[in-house]
Amino acid sequence: MEYQIVIAGFGGQGLLFSGKVLAYAALMEQRELSWLPSYGPEMRGGTANCNVIISDSPVGSPIVQNPNVLMVMNTPSLDKYEKSVAPGGKIFVDSSLVSRKVERTDVEVTYIPATKMAGDMGIPTLANMILLGAIVKATGCVGDEAVLAGLKKIVSAKHADLLDANLAAMQAGKDYLA
Amino acid sequence: MQEKTLMKGNEAIAEAAILAGCRHYFGYPITPQTEVAAYMAKKMPKIGGTFLQAESEIAAINMVYGVASTGKLAMTSSSSPGIALKAEGISYLAGADLPALIVNVQRGGPGLGGIQPSQSDYFLATRGPGHGDFHVLVLAPASVQEMADLTGKAFELAMKYRMPAMLLADGTMGQMMEPVVLPEPKEPAAQSPAWAAVGTECKRFHNVVNSLYLDPLTLEHTNFERFERYAAVERDETMWEEFLMEDAEICVVSCGITARVSRNAIVEARKRGIKVGMIRPITLWPFPKKPLQAAAEKVKSFLCVELNMGQMKEDVELAIRCKKPVDLCCRVGGMIPSPDEVLAKIIKANEQGG
Amino acid sequence: MVVFEKPKALTDKVFHYCPGCTHGIIHRLVAEVIDELGIEGQTIGVAPVGCAVLAYDYFACDMIEAAHGRAPAIATGVKRSMPDKVVFTYQGDGDLASIGMCETVSTAARGENVTIIFVNNAIYGMTGGQMAPTSLIGQVTQTSPYGRDPKTQGYPIRVCELLATLDAPQYLERVTVNNVKNVRNAKKAIKKAFQNQIEGKGFSLVEVVSACPTNWGMTPQKALEWIDEKMLPQYPLGCYRDKDQEV
Repeated sequence: MEYQIVIAGFGGQGLLFSGKVLAYAALMEQRELSWLPSYGPEMRGGTANCNVIISDSPVGSPIVQNPNVLMVMNTPSLDKYEKSVAPGGKIFVDSSLVSRKVERTDVEVTYIPATKMAGDMGIPTLANMILLGAIVKATGCVGDEAVLAGLKKIVSAKHADLLDANLAAMQAGKDYLA
Repeated sequence: MQEKTLMKGNEAIAEAAILAGCRHYFGYPITPQTEVAAYMAKKMPKIGGTFLQAESEIAAINMVYGVASTGKLAMTSSSSPGIALKAEGISYLAGADLPALIVNVQRGGPGLGGIQPSQSDYFLATRGPGHGDFHVLVLAPASVQEMADLTGKAFELAMKYRMPAMLLADGTMGQMMEPVVLPEPKEPAAQSPAWAAVGTECKRFHNVVNSLYLDPLTLEHTNFERFERYAAVERDETMWEEFLMEDAEICVVSCGITARVSRNAIVEARKRGIKVGMIRPITLWPFPKKPLQAAAEKVKSFLCVELNMGQMKEDVELAIRCKKPVDLCCRVGGMIPSPDEVLAKIIKANEQGG
Repeated sequence: MVVFEKPKALTDKVFHYCPGCTHGIIHRLVAEVIDELGIEGQTIGVAPVGCAVLAYDYFACDMIEAAHGRAPAIATGVKRSMPDKVVFTYQGDGDLASIGMCETVSTAARGENVTIIFVNNAIYGMTGGQMAPTSLIGQVTQTSPYGRDPKTQGYPIRVCELLATLDAPQYLERVTVNNVKNVRNAKKAIKKAFQNQIEGKGFSLVEVVSACPTNWGMTPQKALEWIDEKMLPQYPLGCYRDKDQEV
């Protein structure tokens, strides 16, 4: 199974970070992977996206053409990527921020009010991780242990408290599915 | 062997350069390669090396020229508009037979162009980026692993043949992260080469690092001598990778990010029973003419996939002496063809035959 | 008995300079200083593009030929590569103050520990006498045939004064070589500029106001007088920065 993942929304929502968590988790599992950010002058507030591919064989193009996993954190991103999702693919929508429903009927859609949940939990910047928790649980693209190990790689030691907050956010996303 | 880590392509270049023994980096900020400079700024002071943000691209390449004159490994990195500015210094490096590494993480042009990925400096790199009659080694990585490996290789070849080398990547290669196994560290060479300007110690006649020869016959001789070296490079150092070429009837030719995209398209085409393979040049100069000539004996047609208006296509046509048709699949300006676009061209080539 | 020896830091190559050109004097002064400081074997010189382009043939130390104006950047690279060696550039006015001004100012602003010998003769000599950034108002050259007109060709650049606006330079002095006393002072300044580097003090530049009889269209004697009459009022001699004196 090759996971072709697109994570999209506004700059500043931690989209690239979410992708990195998946990438490091895949590295921990000794799998093949690529992580490709959009880049440009809009560091904050503009549209941003990140392509992650996790595979058991060498990755061809790092550019995802037809994602089988799509995570969207704003309406423009849903508008842009909905059509490209592979039939049978999974779409994860932050329903606090995306004003419409997915129109496709040949995909599985999960709506999570991630930004509202994050606010309620007192971790308003971690809505991305709530969605990511749901993705990990629903797709099994990487294992829980690998996610923990990967997170430890990218959350520096001096911000150890952030590790717990990230894990709590991911857990909330998983629990929401249940 | 070193541990597998996850790195951005630009960071892999920087770390691999340090591991190759390079201790001198000079650069100027420009998207999309600034991570190289940022990495060097962090690391070099800690290992007794030099990181210097130069006043201009021109100054940066001349600082490289200064270090190279002392026989040590030096590098600079930039993106397309900055490389054009460095062209002066690259020509002088070539004229003075100095080794150096120039990294070009290409973006769209001409002019200020854009900041998204491009391969539009193919001509600039492969035709000798500067005035005069010369070549630089041009290496085109297609993965983060190759960003690291070819950085080391570029230094090795530059030193061996006393000529500048250019790592010709694109914005995608620079920005993407992939697992990479870094090479074993090498210490900077303890001995200076005999030609280096390091001080005579009053024990020998002075060394002069120079590209000026006012006597035409002498200048002609230096050009002849340099091209003899180039012939040896072409003979011994050409690198390429073949993918599913054994029974191929269509040969895709592509490097860098478009080779990765093409790979997906080829796998898909094979599922549909189309016999297609790929020759991926790893060195763009020297260009892998021989495998292309051999392929021209077997395949019906070629398809170049590029992020420019067909610059490499000219080299393919030259290499195969226009023996078979060569089609082009290209996007420019920062656009990248999708695997479907490449597949459509492969299907078309298959229908047309030779 | 030898009463007048050639400095060891000069090769046996015969200078190509025109009669009355002061490059020969300045080369000799630099070479004498290198001899007196005993640094020939540890010195790397960077030659310019301009009349002194062949300086790499004349100095006996290791030499590097630069692209036009880039000598300070190359010197930076050499010095960063080998901080214990002595690195100097030898540059004319077009090289240093026109095409290479960016490199000059930036190298000075970094306080790079190198020595620059700047030969200012207010003209492009090698290309046959065109207007330089330091050409005087009204000066007739091939490219200012009606005299330099500030309305269209701007004003001459005073390099020492300009660099003295920077914090980093250790030593900036303007000298000339049009008589024996001035030659002695010039040598003193050049020696100090090299000594500063050896002592790790940082950027030193000596501007030498020079004569170009050929392109000024004068006899050598007249050219030396013209330095006093025309050049020095625009380019006053003196020390524009010496951090040793600021305590």
